[in-house]
Order: sequence, then structure tokens, then C-alpha cells
Amino acid sequence: MSAGPITRRGFLGRTAALTVGFSLAPLARAFAQSAAPVGPKLPGSLQTNRNLDGWLRINPDGSVTAFTGKVEIGQGIVTALAQIVADELDVDLARVTMISGDTATTPNEGVTSGSRSIEDSGAALRAACAEARAILVETAASKLSVPASSLRVENGVVSAPGGGRATYGELTSEATFKREATGQAKPKPPSAHRFTGKSIPRRDIPAKVTGGPAYVHDMRLPGMIFGRVVRPPSPRAKLISVDEQAVRSMPGVVAVVRDGSFLAVAAEREEQAVAAARGLDKTAKWQQTPSLPPTGRALFDHMRQQPSQTNVIGEKSESAPAAVKTLAATFTRPFQAHAAIGPSCAVAHWENGKLHVWSHTQGPFPLRGELAKALKIPPSDITVTHREGSGCYGHNGADDVALDAALCARATGGRPVKLQWMREDEFRWEPYGSAMVIDLQAGLDANGNVVDFRNELWSHTHSTRPGESDGVNLLAAWYVKDAQRPGTARNIPQPAGGGDRNAIPLYVFPRQRVVNHLLPDMPVRVSALRTLGAYANVFAIESFMDELALAAGADPVEFRLRHLSDPRAKAVIETVAAKAGWRPGARGGDGRGRGIGFAKYKNLATYVAVVAEVEVDRESGEVKVPRAWAAADAGLVVNPDGLSNQIEGGVIQSTSWTLREAVEFDGTRILTGDWANYQILRMPEVPTVQVTLIDRPGEKSVGAGEAAQGPAVAAIANAVANATGRRIRDLPLTAGRVKAALT
Amino acid sequence: MAITLTVNERRRTVPAAADTPLLYVLRNDLELNAAKFGCGMAQCGACTVLVDGKPVRSCVTPAAAVKDAKITTLEGLGSAEKLHPLQKAFIDEQAAQCGYCIAGMLMTAKGLLDENPHPSEADLRLALAGNLCRCGTHGRIIRAIQRAAKEMSP
Repeated sequence: MSAGPITRRGFLGRTAALTVGFSLAPLARAFAQSAAPVGPKLPGSLQTNRNLDGWLRINPDGSVTAFTGKVEIGQGIVTALAQIVADELDVDLARVTMISGDTATTPNEGVTSGSRSIEDSGAALRAACAEARAILVETAASKLSVPASSLRVENGVVSAPGGGRATYGELTSEATFKREATGQAKPKPPSAHRFTGKSIPRRDIPAKVTGGPAYVHDMRLPGMIFGRVVRPPSPRAKLISVDEQAVRSMPGVVAVVRDGSFLAVAAEREEQAVAAARGLDKTAKWQQTPSLPPTGRALFDHMRQQPSQTNVIGEKSESAPAAVKTLAATFTRPFQAHAAIGPSCAVAHWENGKLHVWSHTQGPFPLRGELAKALKIPPSDITVTHREGSGCYGHNGADDVALDAALCARATGGRPVKLQWMREDEFRWEPYGSAMVIDLQAGLDANGNVVDFRNELWSHTHSTRPGESDGVNLLAAWYVKDAQRPGTARNIPQPAGGGDRNAIPLYVFPRQRVVNHLLPDMPVRVSALRTLGAYANVFAIESFMDELALAAGADPVEFRLRHLSDPRAKAVIETVAAKAGWRPGARGGDGRGRGIGFAKYKNLATYVAVVAEVEVDRESGEVKVPRAWAAADAGLVVNPDGLSNQIEGGVIQSTSWTLREAVEFDGTRILTGDWANYQILRMPEVPTVQVTLIDRPGEKSVGAGEAAQGPAVAAIANAVANATGRRIRDLPLTAGRVKAALT
Repeated sequence: MAITLTVNERRRTVPAAADTPLLYVLRNDLELNAAKFGCGMAQCGACTVLVDGKPVRSCVTPAAAVKDAKITTLEGLGSAEKLHPLQKAFIDEQAAQCGYCIAGMLMTAKGLLDENPHPSEADLRLALAGNLCRCGTHGRIIRAIQRAAKEMSP
């Protein structure tokens, strides 16, 4: 559909057909991590993990071990949390050891996702450590017989004015933190922080630049062997026959696992496992069934026609002048891949019927629950320990490979198995970010202000993680003989939203209606890719804002500012415009242009505005983004350099999604299988990104790992329109598509 | 079935078949973690090591093909205790997110700086065109290599 006036009748005709019958209450429960506890409301994950000793331990030498259920996925969270712990306890950063993501030792904080770790775990550790410090100071006060208020703490040593002193190690007994948090201790004001707010170097980087054991891929256990899987050629394929015997006699082969349509091998050496997997693949005969949707434009028509769960997520009808000009446009986004550089990997070890899995999962506890369902053993017989992997950017193959490794290791007589996917396993079987189609319509009054706004979108779910649903959300479980079903598709409810994340604009529009259609069927496997629906929704809304500004004869920056009431939103836009030297009303030309994009991630977290500069080659249609500027407000900044790194990375990753990326498939098979047919942005093509942070010490710290991608795609799309005079509403902005738009 | 290789200036004999990809010998036999499996097809650069000073994709290099060569992995540049200027620069610039591509980036950069001690930004970007990064750490990687280049030959 192209932009232009549409009839009122046509618009109502579509919206009037909505059926609204989707209750949010059971969903909210489904997504909660555990049942509501009794007692005071405690900050972050302290609410669901209420005992202080679950969060920290003072060792006899006075050093601190702190525990978090969140995990390092390259975002620097473990360093940021250590900063918080050191500040609240008044100990040096070097004396804080962090233990993260282990079902045997750490709190259950669900999944490390949604840029929530600072809010969940950071808030919990801040409160728990503040309370622990208060307990230690009280204990010191009675021991030294002085009032607590007279005591000072420095690097874990409590001193009285008269010279009395006691160390944290001396003040701590077994029982000290065996108690429920009260939430009564007051965390420090930002002015008293020594580490929070500083660019502390990340703890994980030295091993990563020297070849230290940094990843699950680097694990070596005694007797460990190597595993590989042989996946079907297409999602609905069933195994008919395979020559297992021939493979069993190949060099080094320890086990061949055949269970329904699940095939795996284990061998003494890694290259032997690879060869054995190829051997199995060569003789395997499959029955294939077409199950994938149409491609190209037909995909989006198909999506609109699918049965859907429809929900009006935002409605406003305030009095305002009538619209004198109406615009409508449709925006699309294809299926896109996480495309980790390192294929997913896990180590599994069975001992006396109990399973230990080392995994780069984002959720050790949810994975344990899902493995228990898949393997039909109690969760208490499984330990899941997090080890870092290649960056995941959401729910990729990390959890699936853990089940693959567990199934494979069950056949090796107790020898641990390290199983890594091959490149094409990763591309063909990871769950993708869902394709989306978004219809927008808006009306401008005589003064060029938006008075009506309508958004209607169609998307599959963006969340099929382990632990989120009925069924079993692990790949191999659907292919074994005693197969289980994937969980029912659900949408993460507003205000965070899933497919509809950021579908409700932050702009103040007097009349507004936002409608989300969740397509429960999942012919293409989908789940959380960084930002969920926000990438496409911000692309659509922010592109449309520029179209409306153009129709109103307004500058895009001024047009945005006049429709915003939130001062923090305005500040990031004004800041980025100033840094980029934005010239109001500047026309692009000669294939050069600039554009702006803005969003407050989830309408709950970090505010980001991005200005992108593009060069469009009119001959080839190739788009280059040489430079981008970003301004971000994430509340109180814990680690400025870490935050900048996340924003820079978000802009670059989004540039790659935006210019290059779409998963390809035919009716039966996923065709994307390697980097030759899934191109990502390369070093010569990436923009130079300049980030400006707005620190708000009085505001709570919010996550930023996914905050820049939406504003970045919008800025690029708007810059292309500015440069060429043509609006492209379908992603990605490949050379072919741009060229077609220009001719 | 054994191959003798020279890795990081040490002669090492490993029980591997001649066609074993060098990457698996390095990672599994010699327990060197830095070179990573990324694609197995020489497309991504995560497995890059130096063979006689030149960046090579160890995932598609048969071990026997380099038995007479000098192989250098990231571990051969420096250690956590004694960092090579490139490693130090990557820490100073915090040039990693997940870090999975970083060993390959470092080895490609080492190969470049040995040949061209004062690369322009365009030279640098071009030299790293075959090394994929997914986290978007490119800008920091460029800055880190520029910093190291200055340090190594002022």
C-alpha cells in the first residue's frame, strides 16, 4: 500500500471488524517469574528472591562474593553490578567477586533480556547490599559499644571515632544474612558513589583479548568428547531411514543417537564428529512437507489474512480540531536472524542420572525447567551453569543446543559432551525476529498538528523462550520419537509489549487507536530478537512522522518537539540535533541526506535519538551510512563507557539489519545458511558513531542494550528519503530496492 | 597419525590426521582458546591466525599444509601478564562486547601492522573487511588498532 489519502469508510471497514477478547490477566501471570510473595514490596528481583544470603556473602578475609541471576552476554552487566555492590557495601571493587547465572548458587532472575538487568538485578543488589552494610554497622556498634551513627566504613573496615575497629570478616557469622530483606535500609545518594557513574573497565575483556578461557566453547572436562547434530533439511521433515552402522564404524565415533527425527553423533575428536555428522547426513532420507509461507510482498498479504488474536492496546479520544489532511502508509520488516558469529554450543555431563549443563543461555533457571520437561526428569536433577557464548542478541540457539548436548551425552556412558552447532545449523534453526506489517494513518489539522493517529499491526510472537509457556520451547523436543509441542504463542503484554513494543507513540496525539494482531501460528520459527517489535514499530512511526512533517511543511526536529510533552524526550532530540549540526529544513541532494529517529525504548526505558547521514548511489541504489550521532538518557548512568558501547553497537547492528538483512526461504526450506547469503555490514561500511550521554542522577537507572536500534533504522530511512525524495517503507533498504524506488 | 607443527615458537606433535583443520588442532590438542570456530568456511575471520606472518583462516587450513610454517596465535602475541601493545589497546579502548570475533580481529590487525605500520583508517577498515563483528564494536576496534599502531611505531 502506498501513502496517500484513503477513504474514511475504508478505514472504518477494517477497524470495525476487530474482535477484542484477549484477557491480559493470565498472560501477566504467565510472564511473572514466580507467585507473588507476602511482605513489603522490595526493589527489583529482591521481590522474588527475598533472602539477603541469596545475594551476597562476606568471606572470612572480608572480601565479598555477590550473586546475580543475570548473565554476561557481552553487555558488561557483571562489571556494572560489581560497581553497585562495591558502592553500597563500601568495599573496593577488586574485593568483589561476582557469581552469575547458576541454578545451584544464584538467585532465580528469569531471563537476561529486555535491557532489564540493571533494573532487576542492579536494584536488588543495591538494596540488599545497603541493608547488609546497615546490619554490619549495627553489629559493629554493639561490639564496639558506640552509636552506629558514629561509625565509618572504608573498604570493609568499620571504625569508631575513638580508634575501635572491626572488619566485615570479623563482624560476619553464618547467621548474619540468613534473613529476609526488609527494604528499610536506604541506598546511598548518587553523590556518595565511588564506582557507580565511572567508566570501570569490564572484567571479562582481558581474557577475551589474550585467549583466556572465556566461553563455553573453551571448556574442557576430563574425558570430554565432541558432539554434532544432523538437522532435517526443512522444518516439517521426518526421518525415514539412515545408515547408522556405517557411521558407527567411522574413526573416533563414540555414539550415534537416533531418536525419531533427531540425529546426533559424538566422537573422540571434533573433526571426527564433524565427519560423522556429514556421514549421517549423506545417507539420511527424509520426507519433506511444504509448510513455509509465501515470500516477497505476498508474505505480508498472507499475514493479514491469518487468524489473529486482536487487541486494542491504546485508545484516546480527546477533543481536537478535525483533520484537514489525512495520510496513510504501510511499512514492512522481513524475518531477520540473530546471526551470532559463534554457533551455539553447550557442554552436558550425565552422572548417576543427574545432568549438569554449561550453557550460554540467557535464562539458566527457565532452561532447567524446560530441560526437565523435555527429558522427563525433575528439575532438581539438573544443574544449569552459565558460561559466556558468542553474543546472542535475543533468543537464538543457545537453549536448543543445551538439549541437543544433553540428548547426545545420554548415549556416551557418562562422558561429557561439548556440542557445537555448525554455521548452517545456526542460520537455519535459530528462531528469527518475526516479519511484521504495519498500517499507519494520521490526520493533520489546519495548523499542521497531528490530531488523529491510527496504527494497526500484524506480527507473529516475539517470545517463545523456555519457561514462558505451555509446551516445550526447545528444538529437539519437537523431533524426538516421543515428540512434544512448542508452547502456545503469546504476546508480552503492554506496557512493555512484544510485537506491539513501541507501537503506541510517545507523541501527544489527541485521538489515537493502536491495534495489535498477534498471529498465533508460527510457520517460520520466531522468538525474541533484540527490541522485539520495537525495531519495526519505531521504523514505521518515525518514518511516518517525517512524512507528516513534510505534509505539514515542518522541519522533522521541530515537528517532533512540538508533539512531545516529556522533557527528557525533548532533551535527547535537541541534544542529538545540536551535536549533528542539524539545519532545520535542510534539503538533501546529490544522493546525500540526513534523517532523525527517536524513541523511548518500551516507552519505559532509555530515551534515544539518532541522526544518520547517508550517501545513496543513484546508479546502483547502494546506501552508505558514513556517520551517525546518538543521544541517550538512561537515567542514573552506572558505567558511561559501557552505556556508550551498547548505544554504538545498537546503532551499527541496526544499520546492518536495515541495509542488508532478510532471511530467505521457499515453500519448504529455509535457504539462508551462511554469511554469503546472509550479508551483514562489514568494517569498511560501518558508520562512525558519536554518542552523547545525558546523565540523570535523580532518575532510576534503566537498560539501554536495545534502545538505539529503533531510532537508528528510522534515522537511516528518513535520511534516504531526504537524500532521494523517495520514501521506502519496506526493509531492508537493499541496493536493488532503493534502485527500483529511484527509477 | 601424528603431525608436528611450530606454534608460538614451540614444536608440538599432535595425534591428528593430516587433513584435520588447523583450528581443531589449536583449540583441542594444544588447548589454545583464542582462535574460534565461526563458520568453517573462511567467511567470518573468527579463526584467523598468522602463518609465516600472514593472516590465514585456520578453519579451512589442513594442519599438514602448515607443518613447515611458523604459526602464531593470539596467545603467541602476549599474555594477561605481559600484554602485546595491540592487546593493551583493545583493553584501553574496551574494544569488545561479546568478544567472540576479537581474536581474529587482533591477528588480522597484527598481520596488517607488520606490513604497514601506519595504516590510514581506510587501509585498516579494508584489511578487516573479512572479519565479521555482530555486536557493533567496529568503531572501538578501529580506535584500538590506531592506538596500538601509534604505540608500536611512534
